Amino acid sequence: MHRITVLQAKEALRTKKISSVELTEAVYRRIGAVEPRVQAYVHLLRESALEQAKRADAKIAGGEDAPLLGIPLALKDLICLQGARTTCSSRILDNFVSPYDATVAARLKSAGAVIVGKTNMDEFAMGSSNETSWHHPTYNPWDLTRVPGGSSGGSAAAVAAHECCASLGSDTGGSIRQPAAFCGVTGLKPTYGRVSRFGLVAFASSLDQIGPITQTAADCAEILNVIAGHDPFDSTSARVEVPDFTRTLDRNLQGLTLGIPREYFTSGMDPEVERAVREAIAILEAQGMKKVEVSLPHTSYAVATYYILACAEASTNLSRYDGVKYGYRSDQSASLLEMYTNTREEGFGEEVKRRILLGTFVLSSGYYDAYYLKGQKVRTLIKNDFEEAGKRCDVILAPVSPVPAFKVGERIGDPLQMYLSDIFTISANLAGIPAMSIPCGFTRDTGLPVGLQIMGRHFDEATLMRVAHQFQLATDFHTRHPSL
Amino acid sequence: MSGFDIDNVALLARLRLEGAERERLGKDLETIIRYIDQLDQLDTARVEPTSHVIPIQNVLREDEETRPFASSDYLNMAPSEKRNHYEVPKII
Repeated sequence: MHRITVLQAKEALRTKKISSVELTEAVYRRIGAVEPRVQAYVHLLRESALEQAKRADAKIAGGEDAPLLGIPLALKDLICLQGARTTCSSRILDNFVSPYDATVAARLKSAGAVIVGKTNMDEFAMGSSNETSWHHPTYNPWDLTRVPGGSSGGSAAAVAAHECCASLGSDTGGSIRQPAAFCGVTGLKPTYGRVSRFGLVAFASSLDQIGPITQTAADCAEILNVIAGHDPFDSTSARVEVPDFTRTLDRNLQGLTLGIPREYFTSGMDPEVERAVREAIAILEAQGMKKVEVSLPHTSYAVATYYILACAEASTNLSRYDGVKYGYRSDQSASLLEMYTNTREEGFGEEVKRRILLGTFVLSSGYYDAYYLKGQKVRTLIKNDFEEAGKRCDVILAPVSPVPAFKVGERIGDPLQMYLSDIFTISANLAGIPAMSIPCGFTRDTGLPVGLQIMGRHFDEATLMRVAHQFQLATDFHTRHPSL
Repeated sequence: MSGFDIDNVALLARLRLEGAERERLGKDLETIIRYIDQLDQLDTARVEPTSHVIPIQNVLREDEETRPFASSDYLNMAPSEKRNHYEVPKII
């Protein structure tokens, strides 16, 4: 029962084959069985979840309906949930209990969802492996000696291990798509501005976006329907029409064009990743899509641009953690300055400090033009690349990551190598376009999932999910389960 | 890249770095800054910077008084508070 998708759960609840309480209890039994090995969660919310499940059952009995009524979901631990800890997997927020709901959390709740728990992540979403979490690492359900990806590694692992029906993650440079690829699940980073970030702990405000991690593209559409849309509490949320994303899933792919960016198929890619991605492209061509080659000439500058801009924004956003108003405070300080520096020294992990330092440097007097302004200009070039490519195709297809899930400990000692593993996902954030990851095969030698990335035009998530859904109708990669 | 001074940047960032960590981070950052210096290869003299990818205007709402939280809700989260104020080590 714990293996069901959001859509299957909806149907089973509607036809009263199961109750939400039964489903929620099955999820907690599953968590009890696999969590000691996977460690996807940082806090469980059993008591409130069972309350929400009971209320959902009462509503179902009363003939009420809501988009996610009674469905067990998980939230990445940087999304505020009233009365629950929101730690960002950082010591500095370890004792923080949110006094309010993030807009996405409020929307899930009013859609009837049951919030099972908060999932593990890289500290402040800075990392690609979940190894920078202050709490503990998370392990890949397909191979427990490997990382689940990051930074939404807990959210992806929880879905892959069936410890919830679906989850929310956040994506600043690939943090939904890369863990979705590593864990063999479906993940969507919506267009910048599509989903409110009110109540999302900020990392890089011009790049961050919340999105669903699910077993299927159809489930992604169900959840995006609930969380998308303008929010008066987030001035960067876009005032654009929100379509019913489920309505266009069933349209076939005839007449659509897929673009293959030549810069994404270069040396350095694992041959098994390349094989799986090319086979997936052939499947979509067989479904009627026309293939064209496109060029994104500034791709090789994306990582450098991203680390300038993301770290600059992070250094500003994280200056609020000073031990004064909430969170951790170092208690052995003689002066205010010492309290700040001690609190931040003890409260932040090394990767967070590395990025704060880089961000502070590129914004500092004398270096702003050479680095930060330069980065913003190169961002324009990268955005223009996508606009040009978008004139020639409806979606751009590429790998999500050049490699499948790597071993725990393999890359953590070399920060630049870790950053370079985000090469294929970062550009979508810089350009603000929607992008998703779907399972498209497995490596033959190690049996690890491979992700296909589908990128699209601003606010055209519907076409992405349509392509993904049609691919999933023709393939069974998304229905395979890790043996845990 | 020139002039990267780890101690000055750490002070600006309000981070106290010492010993092995200071050394490690300093080395990492020098490598990373050398890497990001590759942007110098691009001529961007005529390129406008992008700070946000979608146009964002200032958003104003009606000036209505709202009070979602009592001040005690905020103060209860503070590591230290006294007489309805945040308490910090002595400044003067």
